[in-house]
Parts: sequence; structure tokens; C-alpha cells
Amino acid sequence: MKQRLVLIGNGMAGVRTLEELLKLAPDRYDITVFGAEPYGNYNRILLSPVLAGEKTIEQIMLNDEQWYVDNGITLHEGKQVTAIDRTKRIVRAADGTEEKYDRLILATGSMPFIIPIPGKDLPGVVAFRDIQDVDRMLAAASGKGHAVVIGGGLLGLEAANGLLKQGMRVSVVHLLDTLMEKQLDKPAAGLLKRSLEERGLNFLMGAQTEAILGKDKVEAVRFKDGLEIPADLVVMAVGIRPNAELAKQVGLHCERGVVVNDTMQTFDPRVYAVGECVQHRGDTYGLVAPLFEQAKVCANHLAELGYARYEGSVTSTKLKVTGIDLFSAGDFQGDDSTEEMVLQDPGRGVYKKVVVKDNRIQGAVMYGDTIDGSWYFQLMRDNTDISGFRDNLLFGQAHLGDSGHGDDNRVAAMADSAEICGCNGVCKGDIVKAISDKRLFTLDEVRAHTKASSSCGSCTGLVEALLAHTLGGEYSQTPSKKPLCPCTEHNHDELRTAIRAEGLKSVRAVMDHLNWKTEDGCPKCRPALNYYLLCQWPGEYKDDNQSRFINERVHANIQKDGTYSVIPRMWGGETTPKELMAIAQIAEKWNVPTVHVTGGQRIDLLGIKKEDLPGIWGDLSEAGFVSGHAYGKAIRTVKTCVGKTWCRFGTQDSTQMGIDLEKLTWGSWTPHKFKLAVSGCPRNCAEATIKDFGVVCVDSGYELHVGGNGGVKVRATDFLCHVKTEDEVKEYCAAFLQLYREEAHYLERTAPWVERVGLAYIKDRVVEDAENRAALAERFGLSQQFAQVDPWKARAEGLDAHEYSPLKRVG
Amino acid sequence: MQQAEKTMVENNWIDVGQVSDIPKLGARVVRTKDGDIAVFRTADDEVFALRDQCPHKGGPLSQGIVHGKRVACPLHDWKIHLDSGLAVAPDEGCAARFPVSVEDGRILLSLTPDEGCPNSNAPKV
Ligand SMILES: Cc1cc2nc3c(=O)[nH]c(=O)nc-3n(C[C@H](O)[C@H](O)[C@H](O)COP(=O)(O)OP(=O)(O)OC[C@H]3O[C@@H](n4cnc5c(N)ncnc54)[C@H](O)[C@@H]3O)c2cc1C
Ligand code: HEM
Ligand code: SF4
Ligand code: SF4
Ligand code: FES
Repeated sequence: MKQRLVLIGNGMAGVRTLEELLKLAPDRYDITVFGAEPYGNYNRILLSPVLAGEKTIEQIMLNDEQWYVDNGITLHEGKQVTAIDRTKRIVRAADGTEEKYDRLILATGSMPFIIPIPGKDLPGVVAFRDIQDVDRMLAAASGKGHAVVIGGGLLGLEAANGLLKQGMRVSVVHLLDTLMEKQLDKPAAGLLKRSLEERGLNFLMGAQTEAILGKDKVEAVRFKDGLEIPADLVVMAVGIRPNAELAKQVGLHCERGVVVNDTMQTFDPRVYAVGECVQHRGDTYGLVAPLFEQAKVCANHLAELGYARYEGSVTSTKLKVTGIDLFSAGDFQGDDSTEEMVLQDPGRGVYKKVVVKDNRIQGAVMYGDTIDGSWYFQLMRDNTDISGFRDNLLFGQAHLGDSGHGDDNRVAAMADSAEICGCNGVCKGDIVKAISDKRLFTLDEVRAHTKASSSCGSCTGLVEALLAHTLGGEYSQTPSKKPLCPCTEHNHDELRTAIRAEGLKSVRAVMDHLNWKTEDGCPKCRPALNYYLLCQWPGEYKDDNQSRFINERVHANIQKDGTYSVIPRMWGGETTPKELMAIAQIAEKWNVPTVHVTGGQRIDLLGIKKEDLPGIWGDLSEAGFVSGHAYGKAIRTVKTCVGKTWCRFGTQDSTQMGIDLEKLTWGSWTPHKFKLAVSGCPRNCAEATIKDFGVVCVDSGYELHVGGNGGVKVRATDFLCHVKTEDEVKEYCAAFLQLYREEAHYLERTAPWVERVGLAYIKDRVVEDAENRAALAERFGLSQQFAQVDPWKARAEGLDAHEYSPLKRVG
Repeated sequence: MQQAEKTMVENNWIDVGQVSDIPKLGARVVRTKDGDIAVFRTADDEVFALRDQCPHKGGPLSQGIVHGKRVACPLHDWKIHLDSGLAVAPDEGCAARFPVSVEDGRILLSLTPDEGCPNSNAPKV
């Protein structure tokens, strides 16, 4: 039976955790969600634009009810959980609904802080937290009138701006004399205030609210100094408090929030917590970016991958008031030990301040021109030494290289690793790659694919600039993985997914199902589809000969004169006099014009006429040889050195290791050719470090290397890991090979594949995750049951005879 | 020899076998003393015949992947139109075309190439 996972709190952090989990382990849990609010999951951040009338509720829904249905998730909408029985593992909602759990996630968010003053409960006093609050404000706003917003922070200013747009007169009351004092320094706050005043907001600075007055509803607000101002609506936006009530009540350890460790676990190991309700290493967070990082980590552990850790976040802030660009991050106030670099251009309404200590950025505040915010933020997080470009720091990244102007050039100048969307942690490289690989053309598509610009939206300008830049002429030179070929709209990954998800089992079925644009494809797509089908449905899929390149169709390499070469397998590069004599005799019998020793330690018989192939194969087969697959996108050879049996440097029996690996892997079809080698010591005579999978024997075991190749562009391998036993070498090899078989694009060798997906990813799947490694190796084993049939013997015995004889001889 | 067959031979037409002897989207070769002729079969059973020599460097077209009414040469991937023998632009060149007709599932092939393909009998190798 599946394990049961219950989520309490149907908000941004909780549901993001589920999304991340579904990506990693779609079938591990039966999932149930309790949400006190009567909606699916919506983008709370965008309540501000909803209030301002710039967006509707529908537009800010992230996961509507259908999403829960589609993912098999039970959603208890509008049900507040009031009790948790941690011994019996049952949660209970106010209406009596009960659910059992094996694992539980708390994501109850936070509560708006309401100042304990007289009149705080009067109708007309609202917070700014959820859809209901927005509805109340909008209702009040319809009567126009005067709104008083208490709190000049991020939330308060966004509320004030929204109400102003709705036609109310709005006064913002702030206890201190600087707006957004947690995020802004005085000059920036001053610019902000001036600009908001120009829009019509009224400010009461340094004012302490004493009471809210009114009989049945709000009528006025009174301050410490006795001043009273009339009010039809009072919005309390003075801060938030982690909502840890439920957790406290059921005895989970809480301080300001629910205390969790680096794996997002509470003190009850079955209970995880994410989001604003959480306290991690003493910090609580009130912005989505860190919460989404938490969600990722939590999902990783729920999926039992178990390697991710949350180590806290550095946050940055942007204000979402249309037309106002504001950014701040880190320690922007500075102190005696820091230096400030300031750029002020009152004419353009631009202010930038970067706080630096020992040539490293500590914090930044920007107003008016925030495009370099993410750059500063990155330099700050990476603790980069800026001495090399200090002089130009304030002018921005675009000034470092050639001078350029406009957003377009600025995004061009950004590094691929520069973060564009702070909320979702999406970098420039991710976006550019998505745009080119997935052929995205609109902002919405980019949002759907990368999540960039889908939360607070303040990076929208940058994303649009990236779109323009990436789609523009300049970028088209870099190879983008557009559709597989002109016959289809789909790219490699989409095709593989469709084959798997839709259960497509023939080339024809794929073409029909995915609306191929040509009758029967082309030499690009047909071999690719044939491979994907073969890989997906081992034993079940019937190889489509006509979708194979000639070499694979006839199991020999075509030469420039139309003859073929025949290279029998020579396990691990080792042979015997008997085998050599057999080869010699066969070569003489068939008048083989050239015998050559290949780079892969095999013997090549060249110049064979097509009609002679089955005959020569029959003879080879009788002498004990099988096909060497030197003609295929397949396992080629395992090259070895003599190893410790003979060599004075040898540390292990590299030859036997190579023979074993070749026996394990031969016959397998792969996205591109796949070569292996085993060297008996780090002197590496078998050149294992330019192979797709290379083994270098050492005293303590075996070093495994992946992703190398010779060829036009030589690439040395990356070091995967060290293992101790021969069985481990075999398991890791099978797992790596299977991961490559399942995930690389057709005709993509391991080298570019490793570069594309990253070595870290491969390590995660093959090295760190033992369960996954075993599963991969098992799938490889399964597919080998059907693959290890010698194609030569079969053809010598008459298979595909039409291939090897003319239709007719005349004259 | 039957009269009909005799006329065919005089016109250099021969019966080379059944359509089903050639795999769909495939080709086979008719071996003659003047060189090989590739006989192609498309997905909807149309049959075409070309000199089995690619206009590029003489690659055996019969060994290529057939798609639509084209074949991709196995050596360097030029595409050749099956119905005209012309290389698909931007490449230029042509493989001589041999008349074929299908009657009752049998393939009749003329050993006299159509005119109009200058290099038909003198392929560059
Ligand atoms: C107006 C506004 C603007 C914002 N702007 C930004 C911004 O620009 N950038 C930014 O990064 N962040 C912004 N935030 C903050 C951001 O929205 C929050 O950090 C984020 O939504 C918190 O996610 P969460 O899942 O922890 O909590 P929530 O999204 O609040 O979700 C918690 C959910 O749990 C439910 N719940 C609580 N207790 C129970 C219970 N016992 N049983 C069942 N359900 C329960 C609640 O009803 C709620 O739906 C803004 C917030 C607001 C209100
Ligand atoms: C770094 C110092 C190196 C040392 C000390 C060394 C030593 C040796 C020795 C002693 C052998 C003989 C094994 C036997 O007796 O059969 C050998 C074989 C060989 N070496 Fe090296 N080698 C070195 C580097 C290399 C390099 C860099 C290459 C190629 C890139 C290379 C390629 C070979 C090859 C192809 C063989 C034959 C292996 C076989 O087929 O068994 N060697 N090496
Ligand atoms: S790799 Fe080491 S063990 Fe193998 S032949 Fe070279 S020196 Fe000897
Ligand atoms: S190196 Fe070039 S010429 Fe030599 S076998 Fe490889 S492809 Fe052919
Ligand atoms: S010989 Fe046909 S493409 Fe080169």
C-alpha cells in the first residue's frame, strides 16, 4: 500500500512542496491536503495587483481544483485542521473530517499581526493576507471614502497603492520616519515617499496609533498626540507572525515558529514543516524565495532521496508597485567598518547604494533603476572580490564589457548563472535554455516552463528582454534543441515522455499520435524514434529495420566503395592463437583484401561484398565469434591493458574486468556509440579517461570515469566515484549506461550529455542514490535479456535474407 | 518463349519480382552487366528505379533510408528524389531513372534509362 501524506495549509509553500515531490516521486504517496481557505492554491503575492485592479483572482490561481484531481490529490477545501493525534497519526478538521498519515507537512503560513488597541475588532478593520481580506477591502473601496493604512512597510504600501487605484483617498500611517525601514535607507525611502506622494498618497510619519473609533463600524483613528482622522476602512499591515498555534497545541517544539532542522523535519520525525510558519536556525522568512528552497529540500526527503539540505537563505526585496522600481538586499545600512558607494541622479529619479567591506558586497539598495539588482545580489551571495571592477560597479554589469545600452544589452552581459527570478531561483541560463530548447516565444510560456516571473512578477522586464535577446538573430547560432526534425513540433524529451506516458509502441503510432507533418518521417526522426521505442519497451517493441541506418540494418559498416567491414568481438581485447588462426583462415577463404587492427583492440576485415556477409558471419560464428557492433549506435569495445597479471605496475586484473564489462554490456543499443576501457593502473595505457565509461584500477579498488571521448573534439572524462569491488564496477556501469540510454537524446554522446545535465545530476542518480542505482541496473539487465542475441548468427541462419541478395540478376 | 514476354525482352523490359519482395520504405538491387539498379518501394507501395549510384560520390542509393518519395544516400546523406532521380536542393546532380510499372503485384523494369540525366552512364566515383 502507498504511504499517506497529509499537508496542512494549502498555500504557496505547502503546494510547492507537493509539486516538487510529484516531480521526484509521482507515485510514492496518497496525498491529502487541508486548506482553511475555500480555494485551490493561489499566488498570494499577487493579491496586491488584484487589489489594484490589475489582475483578477482567476489570473492568480496557481493550482486550481482540477490540478488536485489530475494528480490524484484529495483536497479538503475550507477545512481548518484543529487537532493532530501524533500517536495514532490522525489529523482532524473543525468539521470532524479525519485523515490518517504516515508523513505530515505543516505549512500553515503566518498570521497578520493585529495591534492590541481598542477598536481593533470593529467591522471595517482588515488585515492584508488572503482573498477574503481583499474582498473586504474592495467592498469598502466601492463606497470610495477614506482609507487609513497602518504600517509603511512592503505590505502596507502595496495595500495603500491598491486602494488608491480603487478610487479611495488613502493615508499611510507609519511609526518611524522612514518608509520600509527594514529594506531601505533614508535617501531611497525619501525618493519612494516623494514618488508615492506624487501619485496621491498621504503620509503620517512618526505617528503612533492609539485607538480605532466607531460604534458599529470604523469611523476614525486616534493617535497618541491626540490627532483624530476620519476613516471608512482601516488596514492593519504592521507585520506577520508565524502561525504555529496548531503545532504548539499538539506539543511540537516551537519558538517563534515551528522549529525544523536542515531537512525541514520538526522534532517529530514524521512531521515536516515548510513556509512562513517555520523557524530554521533561528530565522523565520516572509518571502517566497526561501520558502521555495525549503519546499525543494522537503520534497527531496519525502521522496526519500535524502541528500538535500536547507542551510538558510539570504533574501532580497522588490516592491511591486507598478511604475516603481526598488530593490534591496543584505546589509545596506553599513557601519564603521564598511564603505558605501553611492550614485544619485535626482533628475532621473535614480539612487543606488552598494555597501562594501574588504572589496566584497554586503548589501545594496536601489531605486529607479534596479536592473543590476540581481547582479549585485549574486556578487554578494558568492562573496565575489570586486576589486577588479570596483570603478564601474555602480554603472552596472553592462559597463564591464563593451559599452551598451538598453535592457537587451544588459541581459546579454549577464552571466548564465545570474539569478533573474529571485522568487523561484531561476537563472539566466535556465531561461535561455528553456527558450531555445522548448521553443518558447511568449512570457506566459517562459513562466509555464521555468516559473520565472510567475510569482511576484517584478523580473518580468528582464525575462522579456531575455526573450527578445534569445530569439533575436544573435542567439540563433548557439545550437538550440528545437524540434527533433522538421517533421514534428516536438523535441527529444517531449517525444520520449509521450512514448512512455501514452504507451506508444511503434514508429507509426508515435507519428499518428503526435501529428507528424510528413508521411513517414525522415532519416533524422525515424532512427531516433526507433531507438526511443526500443529503449522504452524492451522485449516488446519490434525493431523497425527500415528506420535504421544502413550499418545497423545490415550489421556491418558500409565503406566508400559500397563494400562492408566485419569486426568480430574480441572480449576485452584479449585473444588466443586459436581465434587468430580462425580469423586468418576465414580471411583467406573469403579473399578479404585488408586486415586491420583497430583503435579499439579488434581485428577488422575490410572490403567484404554484401552478399558475402552472411557466409563470413556463419564461419565466424562457428569459430565462436559474435558481432562486435562496430557499426552501431551501440556498445562498441572495452579496451584494456594487460594489468596486474603481467604488468609490473598493475594493481588489479584489468583485462578480466574489461572482459566482464564487455560480457555485461555487449549487444545494448545506445543513443550514440558507447566505448569503455579499463586500465590496470593510473598510467592509464588503455586510455580509459577518454571513454564513455572508463575504469582506472588503483590499489584500493577502481576509479570510475564517465563522459569522455576522442574524436574531433576530445574530452577527458569526469571522475564519477571510487568503488571497491568488481561487482560494484559492474553495477555502476550498468546504472550509468541505463541512465544514458533512458535520458540522453538520440545521437548525443555521453560527453555532451554529461555537460548538458551536469555531473552533479548523474552523481545524484547513480552514486548517491543506491536504490535508484539498483533500479537502473536492473532495468539494464532486463533490456539485455532481449539485446544479447548475436545478430550475425541469426543472419547467417537466414534472417533478413532479402537484405543480402539482389532482387534479380540480369545478363 | 511466349509472345508477350518476347516483346518485353525486345523493349528491354523484364519482370524482376513481386512488390512484396522489397520491404516497405526499402529498396533492393537488380544486378546487370551495366551496373546495379536500385528498385525502391514507398510506404504506399509505389515503386521507383534509379541507377544505384549517388550523384555525389557514387554511394549505393539502395542502401539508404527511404522516406516519402526520397532516399537518403548512406554515405553522406544527400537526398535524392525517387521520381526524378534529381538531388534535393541545394545539392545538384541526378541518378538515372529507369521506367518501372507494376502489374498484378509484379514489378516490370526497363533496362533502358530515361534520357535527360547527363551523367547517367558515367557516374563520378
Ligand atoms: C499582499 C501580499 C503581498 C506579498 N508580496 C510578496 C512579494 O512581493 N514577494 C514575496 O516573496 N513574498 C510576498 N508575500 C509573502 C508571501 O505571500 C508569503 O511568504 C507566502 O505566501 C507564504 O507561504 P506559506 O505557504 O508559508 O503560507 P500561505 O501562503 O499563507 O499558506 C498557508 C495556508 O495555510 C492555511 N492554514 C493555516 N492554518 C491552517 C489549518 N490549521 N488548517 C488548514 N489550513 C490552514 C491558510 O489558510 C493558508 O491558506 C506577500 C504576501 C502578501 C499577503
Ligand atoms: C605514464 C607512464 C606510462 C608507463 C610507465 C607505461 C607503461 C607501460 C607498460 C610497462 C606497458 C607494457 C604492458 C605489457 O607488457 O604488455 C604498457 C603498455 C601500453 N601502454 Fe603504457 N605506460 C605509460 C603511459 C601510456 C600512455 C599515456 C599511453 C597511451 C595514451 C600508453 C599506451 C599503452 C598501450 C596502448 C600499451 C599496450 C597495452 C596493451 O595492449 O596491453 N601508455 N605501458
Ligand atoms: S595501465 Fe598500468 S597496469 Fe596497465 S599496462 Fe599501463 S602501466 Fe601496466
Ligand atoms: S579517422 Fe576518418 S578516415 Fe579514419 S576511419 Fe575514422 S572517419 Fe574514416
Ligand atoms: S555518395 Fe551519396 S551523399 Fe555522398
